[in-house]
Amino acid sequence: MTTDQTALLQYALGEADDALILGQRLCEWCYHAPYLEEDLALANVSLDFLGRAQNFYQYAAQLDPQQRTADQLAMLRDSREFRNLLIVELPIGDFAFTMARQFLLDCFYVEFMTALQGSADPNMAGIAAKAIKESQYHLRRSHEWLLRLGDGTEESHRRMQIALDQIWGYTMEMFENSPAENELLAEGIAVDRSALKPAWDTRVNTALVEATLSRPEDGWSVRGGRDGIHTEHHGHLLSELQFLQRAYPGLEW
Amino acid sequence: MTEFSVNDAELEKRFQDRVDDEQKIEPKDWMPEGYRKNLIRQISQHAHSEVIGMQPEGNWISRAPTLRRKMILLAKVQDEGGHGLYLYSAAETLGASREEMVEALHEGRAKYASIFNYPSLTWADIGTIGWLVDGAAIVNQISLQRTSYGPYSRAMIRICKEESFHQRQGYESLIALAHGSAEQKAMAQDALNRWWWPSLMMFGPHDAESAHSGQSMKWKIKRKSNDTLRQDFVDQTVPQADFLGLEIPDPDLKWNEERGHYDFGEIDWEEFQRVISGDGMCNRDRVATHKKAHDDGAWVRDALRAYEAKKANKSEAA
Repeated sequence: MTTDQTALLQYALGEADDALILGQRLCEWCYHAPYLEEDLALANVSLDFLGRAQNFYQYAAQLDPQQRTADQLAMLRDSREFRNLLIVELPIGDFAFTMARQFLLDCFYVEFMTALQGSADPNMAGIAAKAIKESQYHLRRSHEWLLRLGDGTEESHRRMQIALDQIWGYTMEMFENSPAENELLAEGIAVDRSALKPAWDTRVNTALVEATLSRPEDGWSVRGGRDGIHTEHHGHLLSELQFLQRAYPGLEW
Repeated sequence: MTEFSVNDAELEKRFQDRVDDEQKIEPKDWMPEGYRKNLIRQISQHAHSEVIGMQPEGNWISRAPTLRRKMILLAKVQDEGGHGLYLYSAAETLGASREEMVEALHEGRAKYASIFNYPSLTWADIGTIGWLVDGAAIVNQISLQRTSYGPYSRAMIRICKEESFHQRQGYESLIALAHGSAEQKAMAQDALNRWWWPSLMMFGPHDAESAHSGQSMKWKIKRKSNDTLRQDFVDQTVPQADFLGLEIPDPDLKWNEERGHYDFGEIDWEEFQRVISGDGMCNRDRVATHKKAHDDGAWVRDALRAYEAKKANKSEAA
């Protein structure tokens, strides 16, 4: 296996892990949303991320020298082997927290997936071509919620501002290239994350002004996900996600 | 005011003639107050059942064993919520507001299918609920496609299509267990043991004891009696259990050549009453969970209204 293939596996796994963990968090809203229509909408978004995770895992499985399947990659790695960004694993919090996170991620994904469509790797480009359509729709929704909550009532404004302040320090990690990504950059396979920051800033700043919210200070940031150093929440998430495969190993479901 | 008027007896006769003639009753048509009330009760109960039913199944979304099963289950639970929405809309055409219906659920004045007061304990429960509970619902809903109230009938036609898809998915996931390891097979059998009798109870009391049945049949809100529907369900389900190699937990179950139907044992009606009247495992939790989500979401709904009002003011000013 070439170095490139190792890097590509890491790249695909990172994207797969991001999508799976976020999809898993979003489905926690099922029958807990503020009203029934929103239960259905959040389930839709969750399904998009789970589908995206499956696509990336299937590609990772093709690259895996251990020949693990997509499900084995999702269900049988421990926390230290997961490469997802910390922002996606944070607990769902209240509705403001979930929508604030979603908005910040959707702004990122719209830029990221647009760029990834031009990847020199046709598999990654193909997955991005499907994902970009979903992310554009997700962004329309989360942008609308940012406005509604930011410019709704005093209470909703207060909650949305707190949510943004709590998440802000987790956004920096989105713009840092992992060693695998740096390696793949030269061949035009990976997206340069740091180059997406100005466009993300513009989107976010414009929307925050429109929603009468303040952009939090850039003073703090937390990182570690791409190195497999996760928050304490991560292990608990995996214990649910992986329960059946761990309790009854090696079976077909 | 027009001078012309017909008395209620005449209106009611014309109404019954239309029903007898298999014409659909539509929202703006005259209908007896009892018909309207009966329908609101039945449709809102049906809507609440879809929505409360999201809980026992949703309980396993985070723990589904594979990515594919997780997506199928989440999409299924989402569909159930969608069915709840069509049905609330159908009830709204009769003048009931969703707010009132949800309040009635929270205050215990409105019921939902009692089967959702049983807990979903293992992964096999998910396949079994799809197979039996959706299966029983379909038997009932197929007959309701011919119900006399137009919006309800149309909602049923749409819902039936999705439910049969769910039932096949549930059954397919049970096939995987039934053909799997000894542990998986035991898990499937245990789930069947726990869900079989509650599924038969879904059709309600025997015809002779059914409180709303007589009038509902006359108005063609209901098209088949509880016992007939229950028999249809047993007849279609026994061969499916055989195919899975699972045993239905009823020693009295046997084919009756003369009747051309399966004979089956008597339901434990005491348990039926006990669970319906509040002493099932999950009665309190189901309603409390729904109420908590609703209460926790109040500030979001307030924000939405406030934002829409501001937007409307701005566009008026402009």
